[in-house]
Amino acid sequence: MSTLAHARHVLAENPVTAVAFCLFALLVAAAIAGPSLVPYDPLASSDRALAPPSVQHWFGTDNLGRDVFSRVVVAARLDLGMAFAAMAIVFATGTVAGVAAGFLGGWTDRVIGRVTDTIMAFPLFVLAMGLVAAAGNTVANVIWATAIINFPIYARVARTEANIRREAGFVEAARLSGRGTLQVMICEILPNVLPIMMVQVSLTMGYAILNTAGLSFIGLGIRPPTAEWGIMVAEGAGYIVSGEWWIAFFPGLALMLAVFTFNLLGDGLRDIVDPRRRS
Amino acid sequence: MVLGLVAQRLAAALPTLAGVVVVTFLLTRALPGDPAAYFAGPAATREAVEEIRRTLGLDQPLWLQFLDYLGDLARGDLGISITTGQPVLADLAQRLPASAELTLLGLAIAANFGVTMGVVAALRPGSWVDHLCRMIATAGVSLPTFFTGLLFVYVFYYVLGWAPAPLGRLDAFSSPPPHVTGFYLIDSALAGDGETFAAAAAQLALPALTLGIFALAPIARMTRGAMLAVMSSDFIRAARASGLARRTLVLRYALRNALLPVVTTLGMVLSFLLGANVLVEKVFAWPGIGSYAVEALIASDYAPVQGFVLTMGVLYVTLNLLIDLAYQAIDPRVRIEA
Repeated sequence: MSTLAHARHVLAENPVTAVAFCLFALLVAAAIAGPSLVPYDPLASSDRALAPPSVQHWFGTDNLGRDVFSRVVVAARLDLGMAFAAMAIVFATGTVAGVAAGFLGGWTDRVIGRVTDTIMAFPLFVLAMGLVAAAGNTVANVIWATAIINFPIYARVARTEANIRREAGFVEAARLSGRGTLQVMICEILPNVLPIMMVQVSLTMGYAILNTAGLSFIGLGIRPPTAEWGIMVAEGAGYIVSGEWWIAFFPGLALMLAVFTFNLLGDGLRDIVDPRRRS
Repeated sequence: MVLGLVAQRLAAALPTLAGVVVVTFLLTRALPGDPAAYFAGPAATREAVEEIRRTLGLDQPLWLQFLDYLGDLARGDLGISITTGQPVLADLAQRLPASAELTLLGLAIAANFGVTMGVVAALRPGSWVDHLCRMIATAGVSLPTFFTGLLFVYVFYYVLGWAPAPLGRLDAFSSPPPHVTGFYLIDSALAGDGETFAAAAAQLALPALTLGIFALAPIARMTRGAMLAVMSSDFIRAARASGLARRTLVLRYALRNALLPVVTTLGMVLSFLLGANVLVEKVFAWPGIGSYAVEALIASDYAPVQGFVLTMGVLYVTLNLLIDLAYQAIDPRVRIEA
């Protein structure tokens, strides 16, 4: 069965994954076209402060009279962008490190194993906080910290996948045809590990979004007045106890929806790429 | 025999602990900009900065600085917090019980509901109960804890008025119970003070529930998988064939065996919980070590943040060690293999 037919089969069998794909398309659309679609300037304040949701302002306005709907839509680019950048970094470094550890073994394996163990010795969000605090409170450092705390997962998965292919027939064949270790690793092992690592990206993307938004919620990375879901929830938090729920609610809902989408998508994608692990 | 095993486990945890210390040391030396200039303040002259560099030992090679750092740690010196003016160690020790009480209660909630959900789902795989449990578990792990917390505050404090204002461990009308463990629930129970107990429990309910919902998903998922595997095994079939009551079969035979793999996931769950704790403490103005670190971070006061990261690392390694030991105590097979 071709990959496409298999994908269609899995989607038909699991409508939840199909819904996740639709939500994903919506999020990507907001991230790409959001700023040109929204009705108001996300940074412009007005004299209509703290207005509840209405026909003019679907999600109401915040304490400075900014339109919450516009801010929520525009923030999609930044939130998804940060998580995506972190995942791109860890996808590249984690895969290479893991494949090297699993295929070469020996001291390479031991060093990389020690690094991943040390990272995992901390509660991950706490380590991310410490890293950003030490390296400086910037958006770039939030992205790096998110990549670093995800490194062990990627390196471990890649290591296992490379290790089980170490003695595979096609690897032996490549070796016998006179290819060097590095060449075998890059041309034979790596392409076989990549699909599984792609699934890993969608499985951890939700966690990465939660992590970057959590860091900006406590005041790391993004600074006001930038529109970003975590910081918008933080700005709205003070108004919850006085009943102005919409300022924190809608960005929080968007954040939750994004994470939920990626978690469902990850499970669905795993079913397509790696049928052995279907739950 | 058992003592030897414990010693072996302790020894295995030492490299990890060393890793934690090295990382925290590197974090202290990677302070943004020049630490000496930072501690000297903006008005300092160049001589003053050099003077501070010498007192801080920053002109020494890195390995000597590391030895200094180890010496400080051995003396329990984590530096002084600029915000509170107190030694960081004293601040952390004073605030740790608040965080521990909250986290443990969150874990207890997550374990109870997670295991129940997993068992119910595994007994009827593919049914609507199973799907519902799966949906709840996926939703739980997708919820940003700071968002769930705020939703709870809005519904239970603002709309329904059932919960007290989200402002710390006790409302303004209660005073803390006499200090024994630092856990308000335990201390007030020991003092026989029902009123304070109720007040502390009311303050704890929402933040603990927020944490519990977040940590529930992995426990439920793992219990379901383990229960499914155990229920189809031979010894259960034999027990069923010999006419054992379903209740005894599920609770005493199956669940006991299924809980073993669940214990191993506790490490991951704790990593989630300790991280989420920071966010929940901020939402509920909880006077724990997480909100202490966040306040310090915002004030660019770095010693408390580093003390916090180190404490959390050491705590997490210790907890993982305890889980390992507990696992050995529960499962004799592990002992034989080791």
